[in-house]
Amino acid sequence: MEKFTKFYGIVAPLDRSNVDTDAIIPKQFLKSIKRSGFGPNLFDEWRYLDQGEPDKDCTGRPLNPEFILNDPRYRNASILLTRANFGCGSSREHAPWALADYGFRVIIAPSFADIFFNNCFKNGILPIVLKEETINYLFTEAIREKPIELGVDLSSQQLIVPAGEVLSFDVDPFRRHCLLEGLDDIGLTLQYRDEIRAFEAQRRKRAPWVF
Amino acid sequence: MSAKTLYDKLWEDHLVRTDDDGTGLLYIDRHLVHEVTSPQAFEGLRLAGRQPWRADAVIATPDHNVPTTNRASGIEDPVARVQVETLDRNCVEFGITEFGMSDTRQGVVHVVGPEQGLVLPGMTVVCGDSHTSTHGALGALAFGIGTSEVEHVLATQCLIQKKSKSMRISIDGALGAGVTAKDIVLAIIGEIGTAGGTGYVIEFAGDAIRALSMEGRMTVCNMTIEAGARAGIVAVDDTTIEYVKGRPHAPAGEIWDEAVRFWRNLHTDAGAVFDREIHIDAAGIAPQVTWGTSPEMVVSVLDRVPDPEQESDSTKAEGMRRALDYMGLQAGTPIKDIPVDLVFIGSCTNGRIEDLRAAASIARGRKVAGNLVQALIVPGSGLVKAQAEKEGLDKIFIEAGFEWREPGCSMCLAMNADKLKPGQRCASTSNRNFEGRQGKGGRTHLVGPAMAAAAAIAGHFVDVRDL
Repeated sequence: MEKFTKFYGIVAPLDRSNVDTDAIIPKQFLKSIKRSGFGPNLFDEWRYLDQGEPDKDCTGRPLNPEFILNDPRYRNASILLTRANFGCGSSREHAPWALADYGFRVIIAPSFADIFFNNCFKNGILPIVLKEETINYLFTEAIREKPIELGVDLSSQQLIVPAGEVLSFDVDPFRRHCLLEGLDDIGLTLQYRDEIRAFEAQRRKRAPWVF
Repeated sequence: MSAKTLYDKLWEDHLVRTDDDGTGLLYIDRHLVHEVTSPQAFEGLRLAGRQPWRADAVIATPDHNVPTTNRASGIEDPVARVQVETLDRNCVEFGITEFGMSDTRQGVVHVVGPEQGLVLPGMTVVCGDSHTSTHGALGALAFGIGTSEVEHVLATQCLIQKKSKSMRISIDGALGAGVTAKDIVLAIIGEIGTAGGTGYVIEFAGDAIRALSMEGRMTVCNMTIEAGARAGIVAVDDTTIEYVKGRPHAPAGEIWDEAVRFWRNLHTDAGAVFDREIHIDAAGIAPQVTWGTSPEMVVSVLDRVPDPEQESDSTKAEGMRRALDYMGLQAGTPIKDIPVDLVFIGSCTNGRIEDLRAAASIARGRKVAGNLVQALIVPGSGLVKAQAEKEGLDKIFIEAGFEWREPGCSMCLAMNADKLKPGQRCASTSNRNFEGRQGKGGRTHLVGPAMAAAAAIAGHFVDVRDL
């Protein structure tokens, strides 16, 4: 995984709560056996007016002009601002794969669904939880004629708002470390292979019916 | 020793190590695998030159993509076919047991696991599927994970986890006649909301939960994820032990006795404290029907479609307006006046034998209404199908005008050929009524199996208790 570095990005405001992973990447695209290439089908049913299919080229498809990501102001957005319980529903990691492939590196919401939140960190996406009132403030800023850019500094856990104001955010220290260093979880866990083996041997004695 | 919750016991029993910041490394006993969320994980193992830590802890079956008709001719959709064949190949390469498409034990992975005794009380169970919460019904700690974590469990037999908060939801008293497990869980979600369980593991307790069969408990735990919780669990009792006994992979003989002694302790100790407690009166629960595009948008069959203008929270009201627009419904419409175009009975929520019996009891001697385009019965597994046929349920359904299909996830998420067309309205025993879930533009109303069968017969929603 690539290291998560400090960056500035345009904010796209998606003003909906309970955005589910079926909406983020519809089921027909889950038939792929690859990890990449989901970006063109991100929010497929909201983004396009026709029915999307896995083998369909998206370049000529009719766009839904009312969908926020089709607004030219947000064309190069890398920060998604949204509402409560983002990423609920299916555990499909194709959702963060699609968001990352499209170009999103940060998602800001008042709350996230548990599995999606976990999946983000495995794919170099930083989900940031902010208070409802801060989210409301960012929405009013993000829908202005000129889109806003936010600076994201994970090492100091700060968001830099255009006016120069700084907002701090919380992030789990272990996850922060993994994102900053681009660490592979499996490699980390395998450092404890002897402990796992010892636990397993003991469990085999304690609960032989499990094995 | 201080009193512990069931979740505390399950957590501590699987903890390999804990870091200073409280991050735990949790040992995983059973790993269920299906075709959709596993190919990238196996590819990851291959690229890193890794082998599964314990291939015998893993069991695989294809379910999401499989056709429910004409199995013999294989999968028509070439993209889906490649995915199922990839699972077959990965299982051979990595030495994993698979119930393939032609095996009678194939089915929806969450139906197959308990049915085979591959999920046992006290286990930790994971699968790259959010409805893994189903298995908590057996007193197991079970939850869905993403594909990166599927690879992590394959490679290490462990998961990095932080302990969740604990919630107990007690359903006190007895359910009324005609009210089922599905109604309990929909009522809970209606009460606490789709994010009400976020950050929690929920233990379901109370007389009404104790009175449920294992199938019913699985229905409740299955939809815990629709309340946002990491997992749902039910304490072990005689019902659990009777269910597990004699299953193909359940222990036998002396080990069985030893296991039962251990399992008997899988309950919350008296005096244990939960972070949150909720009590719901069972007698107050009527058959439930969802009206919107989130499982929390649910009312009783006796109610009307709610009015966004009556909602004081503006974000919520906007969500309701959008949902009504998508669903093609007017606020104030009685639920019983909503006609349906299709009925789907099946899925990991309601595809078990008890669900099919409940639906058949309504369908017996009746006919599917003329306005219905299709009424599908999709058993949860090959063995559920065989059992239903042994009991003659297939004949009841076919005579009533239902289609009797092969097992799989089918129209619950419409990855195979079974899907709604834009604008079609479906009474479905599945778990999600999200926009497009059952097909682009499709409109889903979640109900229990008897309510779905009754809607098929009447052509619109009816109170199953009136039949």
